Amino acid sequence: MSPSWQYFVVHVLLTLVIVMPIVVAVAYLTLAERKVIGYMHVRIGPNRVGPRGLFQPFADVFKLMFKEVITPTVANKFIFYLAPVLILVAALVAWAVIPFDDGWVLADINAGLLYVLAIGAAGVYGVILAGWASNSKYALLGGMRSAAHKVAYELAMGFALVGVLMVSGSLNLSEIVRGQEGSILHWYWLPLLPMFVVYFVSGVAETNRAPFDISEGESEIVAGFHVEYSGIAFALFMLAEYASMILISALTAVLFLGGWLSPFQGTFLEPVFAFVPGIVWFLLKISFLLFVFIWFRATFPRFRYDQIMRLGWKVFIPVTILWIAVEGAFFYFEVGPWF
Amino acid sequence: MLEGYIPILIFFGVAALFSLGLLVVGQVLAPNRPDAAKLDAYECGFAPFEDARMKFDIRYYLVAILFIIFDLEIAFLFPWAVALEDIGGFGLAAMAIFLGVLVIGFIYEWKKGALEWE
Repeated sequence: MSPSWQYFVVHVLLTLVIVMPIVVAVAYLTLAERKVIGYMHVRIGPNRVGPRGLFQPFADVFKLMFKEVITPTVANKFIFYLAPVLILVAALVAWAVIPFDDGWVLADINAGLLYVLAIGAAGVYGVILAGWASNSKYALLGGMRSAAHKVAYELAMGFALVGVLMVSGSLNLSEIVRGQEGSILHWYWLPLLPMFVVYFVSGVAETNRAPFDISEGESEIVAGFHVEYSGIAFALFMLAEYASMILISALTAVLFLGGWLSPFQGTFLEPVFAFVPGIVWFLLKISFLLFVFIWFRATFPRFRYDQIMRLGWKVFIPVTILWIAVEGAFFYFEVGPWF
Repeated sequence: MLEGYIPILIFFGVAALFSLGLLVVGQVLAPNRPDAAKLDAYECGFAPFEDARMKFDIRYYLVAILFIIFDLEIAFLFPWAVALEDIGGFGLAAMAIFLGVLVIGFIYEWKKGALEWE
């Protein structure tokens, strides 16, 4: 009895070791976003709350905590509160299979990639339920639109994952990273360049980030599926959105940018950087991809809804299917640098 | 074999407790002063005309159906991609036929205009 009890406590603590830094990272990602966009607009961004605005995220959180949570009379109360919880849980639990360094993974399951795909799909339930339960026309339409575009880009992501699988031959995320051993040129981003681009851009679309933020296009359909949410319930949606941004960045880093591997492996610089632990490389890659997220937002105008659907169905899905065929041909004729 | 999934189960519990905990904290700390106008559904300042349980565009159904078909296709591709080394040329040809049939379906739906949003 007692060993299993210890196992339970240890794993709750390990889970907290993963969840708490993610929550803090989410808080500081909101600050980083406003700062970076500020500098891109040649202004400073938040700099009043604390030194250099470093306490701004906490000020935002506490403000939202003390705001009234409005439950519309026409809403279905239980589902109304279930939806944000569902979305946030879906955004967090995928971290259980992400390897931070060699062996640093909470659940080293063999079906890791399948699990990630399933959890990604679960988030769509939250969006539909949030839109439906509000019993508001804007929320319902916003939820429908959001769900339709999410599933379209999920297909593109799924096909991109198949491309990774064909090269790595394993669903285990740690195995996928180990398969990329070598230099920066051995990481899968180069041989799978179309898959890499499709996966990351679909990830941007999947998290409702600009230029794909049509589902919450505030100038168009107010706030889409979460128009009726306020206070801490609204904060849950924002938390989930930023947490899934970090998650998509981490997954892209694991699948295409060599996870915890050093970019200098196999070059003369390898001994120079040998002291750097793998997790530092991993966090640097995540940070770079998050910067790209913010960079996109500061650069591109928003897509129209029909353009989003056209890009997803008529560009990304054909490109990925074609590249799977190309990979199959490379595999059969044993050409290409990676077999 | 399945022991690896226990940490995931624990992770689910922690994440759910965390989310619910945030909601409860919000309920405790925030004021609660309901008011008929405040609790109305948002409709640009007007009182809502009717319930929002309304009809919506058929194209959402179409997208959902296409998603089911293609997601199933991905479900078939996953084991094939993992076992590619073992099944060799024959497996490759079989999947090429399967993908070919689905691509014909995809071209059909494209030409039918199921992917149009004007």
